[in-house]
Formats: sequence, C-alpha cells, structure tokens
Amino acid sequence: MRPLHALLLIALMAVAGLAAPTFAQAQLTQVPGPNSPTTKEQVPLYVPQDDKVVGRVSIPDEKLAVLVQPEGREWREWRTHTLRLAIGGLAIGMTVVLAIFFLYRGTIRIHGGKAGRLVLRFNGLDRFAHWTTAVSFLTMALTGVILTFGRSLLIPLIGHQAFTPLAEYSKSIHNFVSVPFVVGLLMIVALWLRDNIPEKADWIWIKSAGGLFSKAGHHPEAGRFNAGQKLVFWSIVLGGVVMAATGYLLMVPFAFTGIGGMQTIHVIHGLLAAALIAAVIGHIYIGTIGMEGAFDAMGSGDVDENWAMEHHRRWYQEQLRKGYVEGRQPAE
Amino acid sequence: MARMKFLCDSERCIECNACVTACKNEHEVPWGINRRRLVTLNDGKPGERSISMACMHCNDPPCAAVCPVDCFLQTADGVVLHSKDLCIGCGYCFYACPFGAPQYPRTTDFGSRGKMDKCTFCAGGPEPDGSVEEYQKYGANRLAEGKLPLCAEMCSTRALMAGDGAILADIYQERSVRRGYGSGAPGWSTAYGRNERGSPFAPGGPGTGGA
Repeated sequence: MRPLHALLLIALMAVAGLAAPTFAQAQLTQVPGPNSPTTKEQVPLYVPQDDKVVGRVSIPDEKLAVLVQPEGREWREWRTHTLRLAIGGLAIGMTVVLAIFFLYRGTIRIHGGKAGRLVLRFNGLDRFAHWTTAVSFLTMALTGVILTFGRSLLIPLIGHQAFTPLAEYSKSIHNFVSVPFVVGLLMIVALWLRDNIPEKADWIWIKSAGGLFSKAGHHPEAGRFNAGQKLVFWSIVLGGVVMAATGYLLMVPFAFTGIGGMQTIHVIHGLLAAALIAAVIGHIYIGTIGMEGAFDAMGSGDVDENWAMEHHRRWYQEQLRKGYVEGRQPAE
Repeated sequence: MARMKFLCDSERCIECNACVTACKNEHEVPWGINRRRLVTLNDGKPGERSISMACMHCNDPPCAAVCPVDCFLQTADGVVLHSKDLCIGCGYCFYACPFGAPQYPRTTDFGSRGKMDKCTFCAGGPEPDGSVEEYQKYGANRLAEGKLPLCAEMCSTRALMAGDGAILADIYQERSVRRGYGSGAPGWSTAYGRNERGSPFAPGGPGTGGA
C-alpha cells in the first residue's frame, strides 16, 4: 500500500506542477477585456465611491481596516449643520414660545394671595438631589454648546489661541461633570419615582393643559407632582440615562463599536441634548418668572399654603394630615 | 502651482509595507500611530488588492469642516496640515475622515486622546519650515527641501505616487491603457471629486495655525 501511495503522490504532484502555472496565471493576471480602454481619456479614474470599503490590516488597530467610509460625509453634515440647527433651533424656539406665553399670561399669581403659612415641599435631601442634577446638567449644556457653536461664534471674538484652552477645559468639564449628574439622577429616581407614576388625574391635567391658559386661576387637582412635572421628571430621567450611556460610550471611542456606531451614538447624544435643553428651558421658566411662589419649593424648600392648595391640593391635604403645615394641627 | 495628491495604483502594490516603514522612520512616529497603513481587500481570494492609505489631502477636507477649534489649514499646494497647539484631541476628525487618517496617541485614557497626528505629505506643520518644534510635532518637512513624500519615493513598484495631481493622473491613465485596465485609484474620487483643482479650502484663512 505504501509504495502505491507514494506513486500516486508523485503522479499527482507532476500533474499539479504542470497545471499550476496556467492556473496561477489565470488567477493573478487580469486579461484586458473587450471594453478595455484604448485612450487615456477612457480610463475611469474618478470612480464614484458610495459604499464603505473594508479590508484587512496587519496592524493591531482593527478600525483602520475600513479603507473608505463615505458615511463620514453624512456625519460631517450632521456635525456642521444639523446639530447646530437642532440645538439652536429648539432652544431659541422654546424661548420665543415662552416669551409669547409670558406676554399673554404674565407671571401666574397665587390666586388667593399669600397665606403666609409655609408647607414643607422639598427637604434638604430633595433639594440637594435636584441642584446636583441641575448644576451638572447646566454645566454640561453650556460646555457642550461652547464646543458646538464656539468655532463660529467665539473664535471670531476671542481668536484661536484663546478658544483652544476654553474648548479643552470645556471638554474635560463636560466629561467629568457627568459623574455628579448621574449621581443626582439616581438620587432623583430614588426620591421621587413613587410620586411620578402616571395616574388617572394626570389625564385630566393634560386635557386642561394644566390650567396654563385659564386666567381665572382654575387648576386641575394634582398630587405631589402634576402631569407636567411628571413629564419633566421622565424626560430628565429617561433622557439623562440615554445621555449618560451614549456619553460614556463616546468617552471610550471604538471600545464597543466601529466607526458607524460611533457616529450614530454621537447623533443620538446630540439630538437628545437638543430636546433636553429645550425641555429644561421650559422647566426653568415655570419654576422662576413663570409662576409666583414656585421657586420657593426648590429654594427654601417651603411653599406658601395657598400655592400648595391651588397647585397640589391632594398633596397639600396629605401634608396637612402629616402635620407639615406650619401653624396648623394635623387633621385627625 | 501644483496640487499635491496621493495616488495608489493597487494593481502594482505588493503589500511590502515599505511606505509604512519609511514614514514611521522619517517622522519618528511613535507606537500606535499609523500615519500610513496598508489595507488588503479580498484577502486570500481572487482579485486580492492591497492599497496604501494615508491622509489624502482632500479638496474640501471633512476634518477641517468638523473641527470644533478650527485647527486645520490647507497650503497653497493643497496639503492639509493642522496645528497641534490648537488641537484638543476631541476625535471628531476621525469620525468625518473618509480614510481613517487622523490618529491619536492615547485612545483608552478616559476622554483624553492627546493631540491628533496624521500624514503631513512630508510638509511639517504651521511652524517655520525646518524648525526643531516643527520636527518634534509633525516630523520632517521634505516638501520645503524640494523633496516629495518619502513613502512614495520608497515605493519599489511605483504603486504609490505622490506629487502634482494632474501628472499622477496622467501617469496612471497611461499605465492603465498599456495594461488594458485600471485599478480604481481607491479614494481618489472621494478625496478630490472631479479632476479639477478647485479653490483651496482654507478654514479660517491664512491666520489659522499655531505659528
């Protein structure tokens, strides 16, 4: 058997050796086809490239195996135009809407005037959680806006040399302040989740737009938080979680995804930022100049009794029962 | 004046990596930075092609468009340079670049990537030609000495060519007619669109740069 094997092998090798050159040539050399160019002008040098070209690299940096990624063009369009339009447009649009609303409605007064008696609305921990989240959100919004708009708005004013350190600090602050933001977010969820679960009364609140357009001072009944506040809560919590997730992924580039994924993550982060900034502008408006007595809730933590009765009747009654209303005995 | 371009004729490239080595050596490029790299398409299959890729010095550079600090500039020769003094290492240019050209010294350091580094067409940076600072930040400035990029000069098969785009296109087209077929000139259309030179895209004007 063994000699036979060897003989077969030799025969095979001989055949292969004869066949190999022709076989290899057919594979390695392209033969000019019938449509081959005959003049230089016919050589298609400018072949339009619309698809991603991915190959193999021998260096330990897998993302460089992408030879051409025309998708960069779309990301460029997003970064140079769409992102700015989204953030600037929504923020300015929201401000304009609020300004018109302010002219129409003015500061929403406490209908019955101030009672002078205070009701505890947010204790120290509540306020700490709120302001941790708020300050870090505003810091990240501001630094993000500097990085997005600085080139067109700030460089003409302060020059390249001054803008680079500003942008560099903005970037670092933006990254590091995300940590207190997430801490604040977790505290908010722990403290207020139970009062923000949607209920039937919210539907009535939404249908009457929370009494925002009723100058007569009619307010739909609400518990600790009305539907509008619940909306802000869920926007910040859900939006904040996605912002944090996409943000941390952007901080560790290419750790979990390739170039296309990184671009998508950046788009999500930017669109959501635009939406949240607009939402927060509305939240700040109604919490300050938009409504009399509202800021006290997060300022001193105590609100006026009449404010509490008008805006959060059900919650006020609970507080009354618990004895959190100044100068009134807990109802039996 | 010439419009400087790269052209890689993948029909001729033998994946010897001489261009990569030449670039690394000439500019003292640190570990992990790949100004030039070789990408093999259809590896091990019929129609396998290798292409040497670096910054293509585009007509309308996407990196310059997306840079938040406006650190790029384009020379009169069309070479895209950047200022490491202005760069904040945000990484946006890598997302926009069609060719994966921008490189960062640190990629795992929690949001800090260091100053971007990329192919300079052997033309240094915004610093004075041939200065020590220029060499330390960007590597050698061969263009100022009247020499072409070393990667192309090193290429044993003349697959990778660097120089005046019009002449490169002419050589490539003549070759293609002789052998009967082209090789696609990968990246060329993405980087330069049509053959015309166009107006040099100079973000921020001549004042741009850390000089």
